[in-house]
Amino acid sequence: MTERRRATRGAYAVLAFPVGMLAVFFLVPLGIMVATSFYHRIEGAFYEPAFELANWQRFFSGVYMERTLFSIGISLFAGAVSIALAFPFTYFLTRMRRRPHVVLLVLVMSALALSEVIVGFSWTVLLGRSAGISNVLVWLGVMNESAAYQPSFFAVLLGLCYIAFPYCVLTLYPQLTRLDPEVTEAAQTLGASPWRTFWTVVVPICRPIIMAGFLLVFVFTLGSYLIPAFLGRPEHWTLSVFISDQATFNANVPFAAAMALFLTFLSLGVVALVMWIEARTRRIA
Amino acid sequence: MRALRWSLTTLVVVFLIAPLFVVAVVSFNENRYMDFPPEGFSLHWYAQLWEDISWRESWTTSLVVAAASAALAVLIATPLAYLLRAYHVRLAPVLYSLGILPFMLPPVISALGALVFWNSMHHSGRIENIVMSHAIFFSTLPLVTVSLAMEAMDPSLPEAAQTLGASQRTTFRTITLPLLVPSMITGYAAAFVLSLNEYIIAFMVSRFSVVTLPIKVVNDLRYGFTPTIAAVAVVFIAIATTVFTLFALYGNLLKFLGADPAILERER
Repeated sequence: MTERRRATRGAYAVLAFPVGMLAVFFLVPLGIMVATSFYHRIEGAFYEPAFELANWQRFFSGVYMERTLFSIGISLFAGAVSIALAFPFTYFLTRMRRRPHVVLLVLVMSALALSEVIVGFSWTVLLGRSAGISNVLVWLGVMNESAAYQPSFFAVLLGLCYIAFPYCVLTLYPQLTRLDPEVTEAAQTLGASPWRTFWTVVVPICRPIIMAGFLLVFVFTLGSYLIPAFLGRPEHWTLSVFISDQATFNANVPFAAAMALFLTFLSLGVVALVMWIEARTRRIA
Repeated sequence: MRALRWSLTTLVVVFLIAPLFVVAVVSFNENRYMDFPPEGFSLHWYAQLWEDISWRESWTTSLVVAAASAALAVLIATPLAYLLRAYHVRLAPVLYSLGILPFMLPPVISALGALVFWNSMHHSGRIENIVMSHAIFFSTLPLVTVSLAMEAMDPSLPEAAQTLGASQRTTFRTITLPLLVPSMITGYAAAFVLSLNEYIIAFMVSRFSVVTLPIKVVNDLRYGFTPTIAAVAVVFIAIATTVFTLFALYGNLLKFLGADPAILERER
């Protein structure tokens, strides 16, 4: 499809359906959420329209800011670990023969499609006392008795990496398949080892891709809800857990709305940064 | 480098498979309590998924939600992808971003948005609310697949039809649309699988009155593990793997994931 026609009135009429749906069921709810963040909560009941800054003040004071910083920190950490593993993995993957290439992609996609419910549950079992990895070690005679490795910070981190890794592969994959094989071949013809080629040629070329992938996976892990709830103690909970907890069990929707809006701005800021990096890369290339 | 490649790939495969493997083993355990190494072999926990009425109901709910929301997602995404590619539309990049945005942002935002939206409509806790929210959230997937198909389409095909006298409408119906069908199916399948697995939006929109399968699993986990939950997990894993294997066999998984067309020409 190279040529585009001038848009007719009919085209705009048809376009009204998808755009209208997205506007009504995505933009309008966001707008209502903005309004709700200023509403007044009625203890024991629900909430009523008002204009007060109490929810925002509460969010920006003390403990919730701390939780926000913790969420950002653990998401950055998990994102960094995942991208550091996913980049070389994806690089090798794109250079494999067709069959292992496809098989590994199916595995990665299946892991990506899995619900956080399933991932969280599987890791609680694997790190748990009754049927977990420690039982294998006991069985092998390495350990004396089984132990539980969750709930813990380490367990949350592992779980986050598990959901983040396939996502990283997915964001890196399109770009890495476009990496001209002649570039690496040239480096090796000139005598560089594969290892050196990887570090001095591939990684520098891909720096913007790595950065963009890292930021995207950061937003993705920031949205994780069940992993911290399943595998961590309350002190490991992230912003997403607090938002849904406030909205459902605490029935404090206005406060949840204020937190969710903060999360929206944070994510939008990061996504804008990604788009800026991509636009700049395109200009150089 | 070769050793590194081999060990990294192995590490990744083990990391991705290990928790799933343990769950699969537990699901065949004869005993009610989870043991490892397992004792005995039993399909009892799988049978319970069908025999127990509450599990069966959550299955049906989840399948209905996934089927309906994926269909609606394709209905929203296809005209958007087609029109933005075939016509000069004002604000096209903005409209495309609008289609991508729900999926890019953390799902809890869509979840809370939908919650306050349906509250203000005084229409909360209905199954159609979940269908609607999933359709919007996952419409990004068919939007991407159909847009890619539009990019890849040979422009000479619709041109040839028009040279032979077909009207624009006929060209769309007999040439363009059939060429888009595979990408619509892939978009549908991806949205279906992800909807089936989605928890947080469904949970917050349902307000405790509609129970999809992931919600049921989390509810049951509050009272401790049962091998039935492990059986559900195995079924989920099987569904995801089957869909993407079919994808790789009959669709073009590599192209869907955005591989460079040149790599597709390489040796098989």
